Amino acid sequence: MVKFNYVITDEVGIHARPAGLLVKAAQQLSGKVTVTKGEKSGDAKKIFSLMGLCVKKGDEVTVTVEGENEAAEAQSLEQFFKENL
Amino acid sequence: MIKLQGKTVFAGIAIGPAAVLEKKDSPVKREHVDNVEAELLRLEQARERVLLELAELYERALSQVGESGAEVFGVHQMMLEDEDYSGSIKNIIESEKVNAEYAAAVTGDNFSEMFESMDDEYMKARAADIKDITERLIKTLSGKKSSVETGDVASVIIAEDLTPGETVQLDKSKVLAFVAWYGSTNSCAAILARTLNVPALIGVDYPEDIDKKPVIVDGNEGALYIDPDEETIKKYESLKEAEKAKKQMLAELKGKPTETRGGRRIKLYANIGGVSDVAYALQNDAEGIGLFRSEFLYLSKEDYPDEEEQFQVYKIVLQNMAGKKVIIRTLDIGADKKIDYFKLDEEENPAMGFRAIRICLEMPEIFKTQLRAIFRAGVYGNAAVMYPMIISVEELREIKSIVEEVKAELSEQGIPFKPDIEQGIMIETPAAVMISDLLAKEADFFSIGTNDLTQYTLAIDRQNSKIDRFYDPHHEAVLRMIETVVKNAHAEGIWAGICGELGADVSLTERFVEMGVDELSVSPTFILPIRKIIRNIE
Repeated sequence: MVKFNYVITDEVGIHARPAGLLVKAAQQLSGKVTVTKGEKSGDAKKIFSLMGLCVKKGDEVTVTVEGENEAAEAQSLEQFFKENL
Repeated sequence: MIKLQGKTVFAGIAIGPAAVLEKKDSPVKREHVDNVEAELLRLEQARERVLLELAELYERALSQVGESGAEVFGVHQMMLEDEDYSGSIKNIIESEKVNAEYAAAVTGDNFSEMFESMDDEYMKARAADIKDITERLIKTLSGKKSSVETGDVASVIIAEDLTPGETVQLDKSKVLAFVAWYGSTNSCAAILARTLNVPALIGVDYPEDIDKKPVIVDGNEGALYIDPDEETIKKYESLKEAEKAKKQMLAELKGKPTETRGGRRIKLYANIGGVSDVAYALQNDAEGIGLFRSEFLYLSKEDYPDEEEQFQVYKIVLQNMAGKKVIIRTLDIGADKKIDYFKLDEEENPAMGFRAIRICLEMPEIFKTQLRAIFRAGVYGNAAVMYPMIISVEELREIKSIVEEVKAELSEQGIPFKPDIEQGIMIETPAAVMISDLLAKEADFFSIGTNDLTQYTLAIDRQNSKIDRFYDPHHEAVLRMIETVVKNAHAEGIWAGICGELGADVSLTERFVEMGVDELSVSPTFILPIRKIIRNIE
């Protein structure tokens, strides 16, 4: 299991459009991707689960990747967060 | 005539017959099914079809309104593909042995309720997306085609709620305006209406018999008139004409330089009071921002806005203006603009009291936070800063030494900032006018705030309507003051502009140009009319 923390800088947070992008990115990965905000967590491959977290600008989220290729996948996902969220 | 009030989603005026969008959605019945496998297969096939339909809508929206408007259909596809959503429908079919339509309806209700209960306006509005895809799925399951009829005449489209799917399917040449009861200014339909450039209202509680009746949509005031009387029709026809003329002028004058026939260039900037005004300034072809009132950052809050928050706002404005000048005026509160958390005392005479730069110099920590944010944001564009209510050279020197402290701190902390931001002052007191020759040696530019300057020069309180008859905005005393300021500025090689209301007074534009005024900063609406006048001056 590999984790990283990220503070959302995108103006709208993880809303429909950015959530869509993240779901697409996560679906490319083989591992299980979980996004946690406070006590709630959601599956990054599922749009409703992700939008349900209601992540806003300035929120800190923890992203966890579990799977065979978790280190590399977490790294590419972190890059995705930096570029898009 | 009936007048109904709603909320504006997109401004503009439309006159024409109302056309109520019929949504023939029959209630979904719960039916028992024996063959669960067959029902699941039916669901799967319907889902595939809807996904195809959404892909088509995406393409269609892409060509009609561009990517930002089309994206909603991409998100809809993703929602429909979501495992939780389809899993829930399947689960209901299997466990309750019911028809797919019913299972979809229950799931749609549950999911949209989840979004409606969220503590966020944008997320609440997403409930409409879920209803949209669910309805689409149910219609496909029951073999009905989802379509909308607009009729043959160009009409004002009236609906309970407009789903983005419907908005795109409408024949655009037949749509004069949108009026809906539900929806939010964040809804996808609202975004599309904006992209299509037609007036749109929401929250209008229209009567059932509105269909085919003549209506007027006033997207500027958020009003809908049903069966308007002749006088109202006349009024709106002329407003519509004026709007058309304005659009035409925009087309003619946009991109043209603001210069006299003799080739003298005047800087024509916009006054803005927040980030949302930037688009308006750019639409009207502002050559820069001559007055960015920073008060809104403080007024909309319960506590002092921090540096990061301010930095982000300045940065966004600078980036959007893409290299054009943005003059940020530091905090100008007190007098008529009060903020609770500043805990300012009641004053006998607030216009002459503790306000603007006086507060900043007395509370330097607040001032420094703002300056840090401005100098940091300066990296992202062409920023300038100006200080309000200056009466002495000493004040300006004090400010400049605070600025030097701020810069030293920033470089010590290794935080990037733009060191050579232009620093100007507002000329809005008679004192500043009288010593403008001295101030010109210390400031990089002058911007004349005519509202306060007039009030202080004529000793007339603008809030007191009793003395209106003594108030003359074209008073020679004020005009001479402006002339003096411009002359003194030019003698020291700096520029001088006007950012008060007088700057937008078209009857004075020619006189200002003759005086040598270098810049006019006006509310965005006035930019093109003033450009037109200047281009006709010899």
